[in-house]
Amino acid sequence: MSLVVLLVIVVVIGLWAMGLYNRLVGLRNQTQNGWKQIDVQLKRRHDLIPNLVNTVKGQMDFESSTLTAVTEARTKAMAATGPADSGQKEAALTQAIGRLFAVAESYPQLKSNENVKMLQEELSSTENKIGFARQFYNDIATKFNTATETFPANMFSASFGFKPAELFTITDDADRAVPVVKL
Amino acid sequence: MIVFVAFLVFLGAGFDLFVIGGGGSYVPLGTTIALLVGFGSSWASLRLGDRMVLASASAEPLDQAMANATTDEEKLRYRQLDDIVEEMAIAAGLPKPATYIVPDRDPNAFATGRDPQHASLAVTEGLLQTLDREELQGVVAHEMSHIRNFDIRLMMIVAALVGAVALMADWAGRGMWFGGARGRSRRDDDRGGGGAAGAIFFVVWIVAIILAPIVGRLLAMWVSRTREYQADATGAELTRNPLGLASALEKIEDAVEPTTAIKRGTAHLCIADPMGKLADGEGLSALWATHPPMAKRIEALKQMAYQTGRPEGVKA
Repeated sequence: MSLVVLLVIVVVIGLWAMGLYNRLVGLRNQTQNGWKQIDVQLKRRHDLIPNLVNTVKGQMDFESSTLTAVTEARTKAMAATGPADSGQKEAALTQAIGRLFAVAESYPQLKSNENVKMLQEELSSTENKIGFARQFYNDIATKFNTATETFPANMFSASFGFKPAELFTITDDADRAVPVVKL
Repeated sequence: MIVFVAFLVFLGAGFDLFVIGGGGSYVPLGTTIALLVGFGSSWASLRLGDRMVLASASAEPLDQAMANATTDEEKLRYRQLDDIVEEMAIAAGLPKPATYIVPDRDPNAFATGRDPQHASLAVTEGLLQTLDREELQGVVAHEMSHIRNFDIRLMMIVAALVGAVALMADWAGRGMWFGGARGRSRRDDDRGGGGAAGAIFFVVWIVAIILAPIVGRLLAMWVSRTREYQADATGAELTRNPLGLASALEKIEDAVEPTTAIKRGTAHLCIADPMGKLADGEGLSALWATHPPMAKRIEALKQMAYQTGRPEGVKA
């Protein structure tokens, strides 16, 4: 009789462990997907920029330096090696685009041009999407970390091969500073 | 939902005990029928519900609206909506839902679809004209939260079960009226000792039969209000900006007129009550509302943003 009880206990623990393993696999895959989604949005931004530069070039002849800065920053970002380097270069690109927007404010004909408004919407939406992709990555990585670290899962997660995920962080302290816009 | 199925089984079991009676070959006919009706109607509404809802509101797909847009301003607004829906889908980690425009001047929005892979989101023209980008983002986040929390599926099942409860109560009541006496006397012969408990169960069952349709609706409305608060909170988690939605709700409340395009059956899916009724939170009428009072929702969102200055001991 006690053999049957022992067998039942072993089966129940086995089923629980299987459920835990599957749940952790699901969360880990979502975390990896979340990380790649950030890359998708960054690539989208790379593809949009030549379009933006061409649209405003005709009207902003005096601001060629600002426009060139954006194009150069884009080239550097596309050639980045590794996540840390990529993070820095993408941040530099964000700053260059921000300066371009700020400068465009002083061109009234540019502001009222509907094509420019659409493109501004596209670019600010792309920045939003990059931000939300990073937010989602941090959210899902936190869920994954919590699932692996809570008791009783933490007894098994290391032996199952699940390592905690790193959250997206700002590496460059300049990003935390309040942006100063010089026109 | 478990409560609903339990209620249905209770009605069915009572039907078996008191109407069909015991003895001989005991087939739990009533309970089986109750379960079949419940699950059958839930499955049907899950499969077909969203297309019916969109058709009844005369919703137009966003691509079509963008292609037919005349002014540049309109094109920009539609483009912003498209971008916002995609942003919220990224923030929620879900596929982008199909977006629709409802031709109505009253600001409102709803989401429909049985799971995130088959979801749709609709917004009225009035909403696009009344809200700015931040507020629109808050409203879309609220609707995405309904999709993410599977609220639409839950409310479809609840609605079907309410109907099934009313139907079962009707049948059981009629069966009771015609066949009851015969069943009861046979049962008393077989089991003499069951008397008092059986009688109490019988009385409770009769009351349940009479009140079943009303109780069903009250339960459904309570579930709907709870899920609305949850969607507000999840929406704030998506945007990390509860004040955006709070400001949107304030604007929607000011502009409230009945949204004629959205019919009564889909009222619980919207962000604001399309019937134009303002449940002020007092008295019995609040129990029948699909949505919690706007003031309470705004208050809850402001609390999330640490914006309330309510001193201790003051009643809201």
